[in-house]
Amino acid sequence: MTPELMEAGSLRREAMEARKAGPGSSGGREASYGRVVHEGVVDVEHGAILYLDDITVSFDGFKALNALSLSISAGELRCIIGPNGAGKTTMMDVITGKTRPDAGKAFFGSTIDLLRMRENQIASIGIGRKFQKPTVFEQLSVFENLELALKDDRGVKSSMFFRLNGEQLDRIGAMLQLIHLKGSAQRTAGLLSHGQKQWLEIGMLLMQDPKLLLLDEPVAGMTDEETERTAELFLSLEGNHSLVVVEHDMKFIHELTRDNSAKKVTVLHEGRVLAEGSLADVQGNDKVVEVYLGR
Amino acid sequence: MVASEGEGEAVVASDGEGEAVVASDGEGEAVVASDGDGEAVVASDGDGEAVVGGEEVLASAEYSLSRLRERVGVRAGALLAVLAICILAPLLNLSVPQGSVFHMSDYTVALIAKIMCYAICALAMDLIWGYTGILSLGHGVFFALGGYAMGMYLMRQIGRDGNYRSDLPDFMVFLDWKKLPWHWAVSDSFVATLLLIVLVPGLLAFVFGYFAFRSRIKGVYFSIITQAMTFATMLLFFRNETGFGGNNGFTDFKRILGIAIAKPSTRMTLFVITGLTLIGFFLFARWLVASKFGRVLQAIRDAESRVMFTGYDPLRYKLTIWVISAVMCGLAGALYVPQVGIINPSEMSPAASIEIAIWTAVGGRASLIGPIVGAFFVNGAKSWFTQAFPEFWLYFLGALFIAVTLFLPQGIIGLLRRSTKKEERA
Repeated sequence: MTPELMEAGSLRREAMEARKAGPGSSGGREASYGRVVHEGVVDVEHGAILYLDDITVSFDGFKALNALSLSISAGELRCIIGPNGAGKTTMMDVITGKTRPDAGKAFFGSTIDLLRMRENQIASIGIGRKFQKPTVFEQLSVFENLELALKDDRGVKSSMFFRLNGEQLDRIGAMLQLIHLKGSAQRTAGLLSHGQKQWLEIGMLLMQDPKLLLLDEPVAGMTDEETERTAELFLSLEGNHSLVVVEHDMKFIHELTRDNSAKKVTVLHEGRVLAEGSLADVQGNDKVVEVYLGR
Repeated sequence: MVASEGEGEAVVASDGEGEAVVASDGEGEAVVASDGDGEAVVASDGDGEAVVGGEEVLASAEYSLSRLRERVGVRAGALLAVLAICILAPLLNLSVPQGSVFHMSDYTVALIAKIMCYAICALAMDLIWGYTGILSLGHGVFFALGGYAMGMYLMRQIGRDGNYRSDLPDFMVFLDWKKLPWHWAVSDSFVATLLLIVLVPGLLAFVFGYFAFRSRIKGVYFSIITQAMTFATMLLFFRNETGFGGNNGFTDFKRILGIAIAKPSTRMTLFVITGLTLIGFFLFARWLVASKFGRVLQAIRDAESRVMFTGYDPLRYKLTIWVISAVMCGLAGALYVPQVGIINPSEMSPAASIEIAIWTAVGGRASLIGPIVGAFFVNGAKSWFTQAFPEFWLYFLGALFIAVTLFLPQGIIGLLRRSTKKEERA
């Protein structure tokens, strides 16, 4: 017996003893198979909340997405940048069911196949989306906008006989506070400023209590102060929610990655991932500099 | 009741049916909101900061009071309308002698009854167009189907009193048919007829709507295929072999439920039923629109994609209101036929359906009283115009529609609202 083998053996034994000392007969490990799949419940056991694999979308021969693969971890805040036409919005369309890809897979958690579901079902299982152009219900009041977004039964009959309860009212109140629209609850949403509409839409997303938020240029048209507040809000959501932020505004990306310089940023180009890494890495990447930063 | 206590923060709340109560919780955080029923509701989450200052609370108290006033107004109005239809009209028509200035002529009764049927259609159109943003130019088909279902029953009620003294309706004798076609099987039963009046337009609307909405046909494309639908149905009904009396349709009715249809008391009964149906549908539509369901409809009108990405299935909502609207039209048609005494395929002509949209637009979309006002205004004008200047009516109708589109996007009701607001300011 060589000394190396003896050493390896003793290490293995040590590890076994340590396992035995741990809780349960499995030695503290979670069982990795034989788990029950619950319908409509997102399974993030493997760490990823969103998993895109080889997604291809073409419009009349133009490949808007070209074998795009991307995975977002549970609780992660991921910034996605890319020049115009890189496929950022198309990617969101695929995730939310608006566009059917020609090829590829899209999973929410490890069990929910997004490509089999319609838009409203995808929204109901916990993926919220903010559009590039703020989209709110212009003729309804701010309060009614939030009320409609409130997580509740979406059926026709239940909405006919719906009455707000105190708890839901409190949630709406707290949300009005959070999105700084407390004084405008009864205003018609169409009368809000562009920045306020953005906030209202974000508030509507949060009312749905989604697990994954897709935010398409959320600070477009906001003042510097509003942008800063938005960054704070998103950072406060990180951890409990997963966020995917598509943005052109580099200042905002800086803002979002300031607390953790290793935070991942993805660069899309011509429908695929060009680079992924920390903001500094990405900005130093030659290919990225060439196509995007244009220096 | 408005009251404030503590450190000047008032909290506004409202309980149940129409009673506004204002209270204060002193230090809690108060948020004023409305649950859309005209009641203002306030939540408090009790961690210090007052979200709504005193002035804002007063403003929202005023807001809730104005909604309250509107509610009380609507109830009083509905009650007055019920009284007018159930007591005043029969009294003026049947009890006041013919010579008196207060006598309501049979002609007026018939005219108002007819317009009330139209008003139900306009109300139905408002639900689907004004609130949901789906312009149907084929609502005439639902109206006519309801009318035909009733017409079949009325034809069977003629019995052997027709020109040919036959068991079969006259037009069938004329066509040399020996027995009733299969689709006339239940036309002898009044109960089955009532079912048909609801089911036939409802089923057609369901099937048509399901495929159209599932294919996400929207806007002008939807309007065009509804026109095609009503036109195709009209052509079908024009044919003699379809068994609906061809281009003459059904007429010459004698009885309903065995009672002579031309008797003043029968006419008045039908008038009262029509009026109560209109008021009932108005209150139903009000309830529908004030519910969260109604707000989802308006949300679909404003931003359908947002509705979808909020988790609602627009298909179900659109289909529900589309079928409700079609059934309302069907009932209006069924009430119309015994009072007007004729139903023929011209009710399904594209122009007839467009007229329904015009009544709604003239009265004011997305306000429930508007379409009723519009139906009365346009049809009142029509009955006067077609007597005074018969050849110019269509020009006038066209001009009216253009004028309303250009100058009164909110219709007559919008004009009235604007002028009352100005008065309040002055």
